Amino acid sequence: MMRLNNLSARYNILTGYVNAVDNVSFEVMDNEIFGIAGESGCGKSTLLKVMYDLVSYPLEISDGSVEIGGKDSSGKAVILKTGEIKKSWWRNISYIPQGAMHVMNPVTKVDTQFYDAISKQNCNFNKKALRQEIINYLHELELPASVISAYPHQLSGGMKQRVIIALATFLNPGIVLADEPTTALDVVVQRGILTMLSRVQRKMKNSMVIVSHDMGVHYQITNRLGIMYAGQMIEIGPTEEIFSTPRHPYTQMLINALPRIGDLNQKEGIPGTPPSLKNPPPGCRFAARCPKATDLCRVKQPEVFQINDRHQASCHLLYDL
Amino acid sequence: MKGMLHVQFLKFFLSRLAVFIMVVFIGVTTVFFIPRLMPSNPVEGMVSQLQANSSLMDPAAVAKLREVLTQNFGLNGTLFEQYFGFIKRVVFTQDFGPSLSMYPTPVSKLIGTALPWSLGLLLTTTLLAWLIGNAIGLLAGFRKDKTYSRILEGIAITLYPIPYYIFALVLVIFFAYILPVFPLTTIVVGKGLSLQHIVSIIYNSFLPAISMILIGTGWWVLSMKAITTGIAEEDYVVFARLKGLSERKIMTKYVLRNATLPQVTMLSLQLGTIFSGAIVTEILFSYPGVGTLIYNAILQSDYNLILGTITVSILAVSTATFLIDLLYPFLDPRIRYK
Amino acid sequence: MKNWNLQLKIGVFILAIFLIFGVILPLFYTGNPIEWGKFPKNLKPSSAHIFGTTNLGQDTFWVLLKSIQNSFFIGLLVAFFATLIGVLLGMLSGFRGGILDRVITLIMDTFIVIPSLPILILLAGLLKGRASVLSISLVLIIFNWPWPARQVRAMALTLRERDFIDTALFSGESTFKIITREIFPFVTSWSLANFINTILVAIRTESGLAVIGMSSNEQATLGTMIYWAIQHQAMMAGRWWWIGSPVVAITLIFISLFLILSGSQQYSALRRGK
Repeated sequence: MMRLNNLSARYNILTGYVNAVDNVSFEVMDNEIFGIAGESGCGKSTLLKVMYDLVSYPLEISDGSVEIGGKDSSGKAVILKTGEIKKSWWRNISYIPQGAMHVMNPVTKVDTQFYDAISKQNCNFNKKALRQEIINYLHELELPASVISAYPHQLSGGMKQRVIIALATFLNPGIVLADEPTTALDVVVQRGILTMLSRVQRKMKNSMVIVSHDMGVHYQITNRLGIMYAGQMIEIGPTEEIFSTPRHPYTQMLINALPRIGDLNQKEGIPGTPPSLKNPPPGCRFAARCPKATDLCRVKQPEVFQINDRHQASCHLLYDL
Repeated sequence: MKGMLHVQFLKFFLSRLAVFIMVVFIGVTTVFFIPRLMPSNPVEGMVSQLQANSSLMDPAAVAKLREVLTQNFGLNGTLFEQYFGFIKRVVFTQDFGPSLSMYPTPVSKLIGTALPWSLGLLLTTTLLAWLIGNAIGLLAGFRKDKTYSRILEGIAITLYPIPYYIFALVLVIFFAYILPVFPLTTIVVGKGLSLQHIVSIIYNSFLPAISMILIGTGWWVLSMKAITTGIAEEDYVVFARLKGLSERKIMTKYVLRNATLPQVTMLSLQLGTIFSGAIVTEILFSYPGVGTLIYNAILQSDYNLILGTITVSILAVSTATFLIDLLYPFLDPRIRYK
Repeated sequence: MKNWNLQLKIGVFILAIFLIFGVILPLFYTGNPIEWGKFPKNLKPSSAHIFGTTNLGQDTFWVLLKSIQNSFFIGLLVAFFATLIGVLLGMLSGFRGGILDRVITLIMDTFIVIPSLPILILLAGLLKGRASVLSISLVLIIFNWPWPARQVRAMALTLRERDFIDTALFSGESTFKIITREIFPFVTSWSLANFINTILVAIRTESGLAVIGMSSNEQATLGTMIYWAIQHQAMMAGRWWWIGSPVVAITLIFISLFLILSGSQQYSALRRGK
């Protein structure tokens, strides 16, 4: 379980601040896959970093908080906040970074990569027994046992990604964060990765947060989806609903841009570019590109509107209904 | 070791072997041809020198001397005959003939006495400088924002550009003249493995060793720091941190192990330079190694000794380079396995 | 110039001083500064002779300047040609690949491994100190072109993969045009670094040779000046100006060259946005 309360984060650049995350609030439940979608630069990677408590200069939290549910060393349930989360890395929460291809030490074998991650948690472990456990786990994830004695350069890109996922989930953390897990992989391998991720989640019944700009990824495996734009979470809801009935104009344009089998209409991109996060505009941040924008939109920031108990969006137009 | 004889490794081995053979070939050929391109005939030079030093010799003796010298110099026959004769002697029997300045001591014996001194000095100083420099460079690079890192880098920047022998000169001036603690020339006392002997060796080698270690360290500190800062930003180091590994473990297991690879390559490239610096340092301190031997050989026009020492130098450097090159695959699995 | 970091500024400053003293000032000196017996021997520094005189009756200061000039000359000559040859061969080798690459690489590696000093000593020793500056420079060029070649070749190999080269190739540009127009901007910053480094190595090697009397002993270089001083017992007699000034000069020149090297690398890294 993870909860964000009015979280805002910014980068301290010498000439000012870049407000990468602005007043984001949502919850990730146990046993669900939560997706975060948005175009490049919308702040989703930064959001993920802050969620993982990976906050260091020049990134800083300017407002709000992050809480996760986890277990302490005796197995009791605890709530961890920013600062404490860091001490729980890999045990209660793990992170699969972007470009997972290069995250393994080139001069050590895969088994050592596992031992390294685990040795932090309990100093004495029976190497032989552990090795067998790892092989079993790899087997469960349909990875060949030979992988464990391989060096990273001997594995293909997709294989490496799978090993990283295995590494991140081996200790069964309650929350797994994945940043663009399928980027730079070809479509067939992508599918394999997504299948693996959902299988792992189903087995461990933990929470997964997947950040991706590829809407297809979200469609395939996420339960709930949050759409980010210019540092703000503008729509959150069950994935199916978001795809079938998107409410925010930005989401609508995103969904409409996706190709569908049998749909012969011309697809349109979204013209324009997102606003600067250093000096964001006073009103709704999407107003400049929104075809339905009114004068109110350009002046006042929209509040969160609850469409139903699981679906919300931030748009003035929703209030008129 | 499974996979050791993999094609990749074999290709690597062969390519380094090719360089080794080329170096020996070109080196020996150069050493052979250069003196022969000189306008002066060494035999005549030798004869006239002997005649000038000693009293008149009768023509028959002079003719005999000329014949013996020509024989010893290997100047009989055509250029090609001489060349192949030379190669045969050098490669197969390591016979360089007798030293002309210390007749009839064979050149190989003189080299044999001097070589351990040079090897001892070179091996210890190079290894120490490499190890110490890498250790300091690693710390300085890993924690590059700390003050001590900048200070260390500053010291290394000042030390590195100074050539070994300039520093050696400074040391000589300082320690032998201003504060006469260490000797200017090497006088070794004692014999064998006696404590007196060992202490005497260390005492005499101290100044040349210090100059080489200090200046050598400078370079390794700088290159290691540069490499370390690069690696510290690599994805796998960042990920190691994300996994929650301790900084210490990251520094040793992740950064150090990866940084050592280019440093080993650098070491094999630098051997020639280090050796050249060592020669001049030896000469300045009259250290009884190969360097001083070359120097004296040239001063006394000891033709055979010149050829011998220079050939051995080239052989030594190329062998050492070859060996270090072969060490590399054992450290980098990417070369060892496909 | 305002974006230059501290290292670069200090390095250029020191080098500029030496250039003025070593290259420009000697042009104003009439006569031959290394002529023997021109002045009384072993005078202490005075207003007439800023660093005193040597045991050979020369004005130490002007000998020093002439030495700096010659050392720079050797350094620049060797650096220019070695870098030129090295960059050309390196680019050729890196881009063409195949057998040409293998052959050039083999030659490169060979000359890197062979220690240059023994060969130089052999050459110089046989000429008994009468080796000319040019012949020594020639040998230095032969032994120093592989270093820039190696670096440029590595760069060429990576650049070869990059897309913009393919774009140029596919649109029909000739290899020569590609090399000069697309590749050259990358190569210039590396070439500059190699150039400066080669100056350093050349002066260092020649002075090493000279200090043991194996260089062109008739000429005044920083190394030969030290050699003469040692030969005439400057250390034992405590004539510190004669032996000290070239030692300090060499040290400062090297430090300045290295600071420029290091500073310029930092500068170009900054410009690339690191």
